[in-house]
Amino acid sequence: MESMSIHELTATELIQRLESGDLTSVEVVRSFLDRIEQFDEKVQAFLRVESQRALSDAERIDQRRRGGDPVGRLAGLPVAVKDVICTEGQPTTCASRMLQHFTPPYDATVIRRLKQADAILIGKTNMDEFAMGGTTESSTLATTCNPWDLQRVPGGSSGGAAACLAAGMAPLSIGSDTGGSIRQPASFCGVHGLKPTYGLVSRYGLIAFASSLDQIGPLARNAEDLALLLEVLAGHDPSDSTSANLPVPEYSQLVSQPLDGLTLGVVREHFGEGLDSEVQAAVREALRVYESLGATVKDISLPHSRYAIATYYIIACCEASSNLARYDGVHYGYRTDEAAMLADLVAEQRALASRGEATALDDIDSPLVRMYRQTRSEGFGAEVKRRIMLGTYALSHGYYDAYYVKALKVRRLIRNDFDAAFREVDLIAGPVAPTPAYRLGEKTEDPLAMYLGDLYTVSANLAGICALSVPCGLSSDGLPIGLQLQGPPLDEQRLLRAARMYQAVTDWHTRRPEGF
Amino acid sequence: MSLTRQQIVKVSLLARLRLRDDELDRMTDQLDQVVSYMDLLAEVDTEDVEPMAHAVEQTNVFAEDRELPSLDREAALSNSPKRDEQCYRVPAVLGD
Repeated sequence: MESMSIHELTATELIQRLESGDLTSVEVVRSFLDRIEQFDEKVQAFLRVESQRALSDAERIDQRRRGGDPVGRLAGLPVAVKDVICTEGQPTTCASRMLQHFTPPYDATVIRRLKQADAILIGKTNMDEFAMGGTTESSTLATTCNPWDLQRVPGGSSGGAAACLAAGMAPLSIGSDTGGSIRQPASFCGVHGLKPTYGLVSRYGLIAFASSLDQIGPLARNAEDLALLLEVLAGHDPSDSTSANLPVPEYSQLVSQPLDGLTLGVVREHFGEGLDSEVQAAVREALRVYESLGATVKDISLPHSRYAIATYYIIACCEASSNLARYDGVHYGYRTDEAAMLADLVAEQRALASRGEATALDDIDSPLVRMYRQTRSEGFGAEVKRRIMLGTYALSHGYYDAYYVKALKVRRLIRNDFDAAFREVDLIAGPVAPTPAYRLGEKTEDPLAMYLGDLYTVSANLAGICALSVPCGLSSDGLPIGLQLQGPPLDEQRLLRAARMYQAVTDWHTRRPEGF
Repeated sequence: MSLTRQQIVKVSLLARLRLRDDELDRMTDQLDQVVSYMDLLAEVDTEDVEPMAHAVEQTNVFAEDRELPSLDREAALSNSPKRDEQCYRVPAVLGD
């Protein structure tokens, strides 16, 4: 086996070759490390690469295999992990100055599961700071580029997770999705990404952004690999009280079974203003492919779609402002330079006293409170601060009912829309994002425009349903376009089978960016 | 409704943030835009709609009442910016 072609094999094929003895884990890991060495300077998908550890883990797996010992489902296969998921003894930064030097004292449940499956953790991938953003540009540690066009964003927040797959630097990766953060970068980078039903995958050890919306999920280069990785990640976890206590279906077995009599719903409201014409054409063409496979396409309505963005950003920011209150410079993470902070405070107090306003700061800044405020202002970037402010405002006295409670009510109406739709159709098909990847810097100064780009993805998180992104075309600029499939709660097997059906008769998932 | 700079200052205190003047200006503009957009929800009739705080109906999950190992103190303190043998250290809370 030539080492050049290892990165072109699917995860499922790599596992077969590892099992047959055709390849060793050391060869596989070394091949991907070489790719990272060669390409990551340009793409910057990884915040850290664990070369030494990955190679020694691979050697251990090879030894066990040679000795005839039983090995796990992903034995010897590299997996990249988004840097929002805690890894014991390895830095986990959330791409933030706040956690730049944080080393978790425990593993997230999904990491424990990957280790039990004997996967090789090859490195941690870049993301928007605290998973807040849709371009990975709010990372304070690196700028990830889209391998399809290095002038463009990889999407976000799991931008590194998607870009490392597109550039052939890992065969599998895991991300997190609060409002589209797996599906949108998967779409921008031409790979597959799945947001599981809320509760299917444990959130224990996932650094919280919006706890009622966050889910960890797999990214891969085809539907079979996605199914395999989901099967490893999913399952009940007593450490997460929202974890579903249900048996995990054998996704990797089910995925190859086509669906008979599939009915796909197409949401009228998703084909309105703002949708790029090439994205629209690619999605329509994908629907025709499904029809040619015997599926019925049905026009449906989700009447509250137009309120999804407002509802989502209120709820997500409220939860974020509460979750991020824990970053206080005391227990872990960044703390401002205390001596300088205290000297400033004393000087300010003296200046105020000389003007006869000695008590002016008393209600605002004790040394402890000034330490909190200074720490948080230096430790968080602009987008994170914006969302904390928005959430704090919406939860503050006098606005709580008008914004937060109102949004929770509209959230129920959005969920009711989906319940009604899924009585008529099996799955909902449509675009992932209104446009292909934008240019770096294009939207950073206009938060509202950025938020509106999440139009098609946030509803799945609000409703708690499952959804995935499948490559379904290339724009005239050669940029990937994704098809989104959404399914009722816990119907991941149907989503995966539908994606596999499409992939069996199309070749978009096999396209690779030029130069990689 | 329009957000004022004064409101933003107040919210920044509640959020335990300390924003520079230029940040306060930009934040006022940007949040005003976003909040105006969110006022869109006012047109939705939510009379008699139960708020939905979670995607799955939450039930109490009870743990068995038995002792389990927890994070040891050294591990818990290992990431603290300032500590002594047993505790996190913070700036003095009570007077000089």
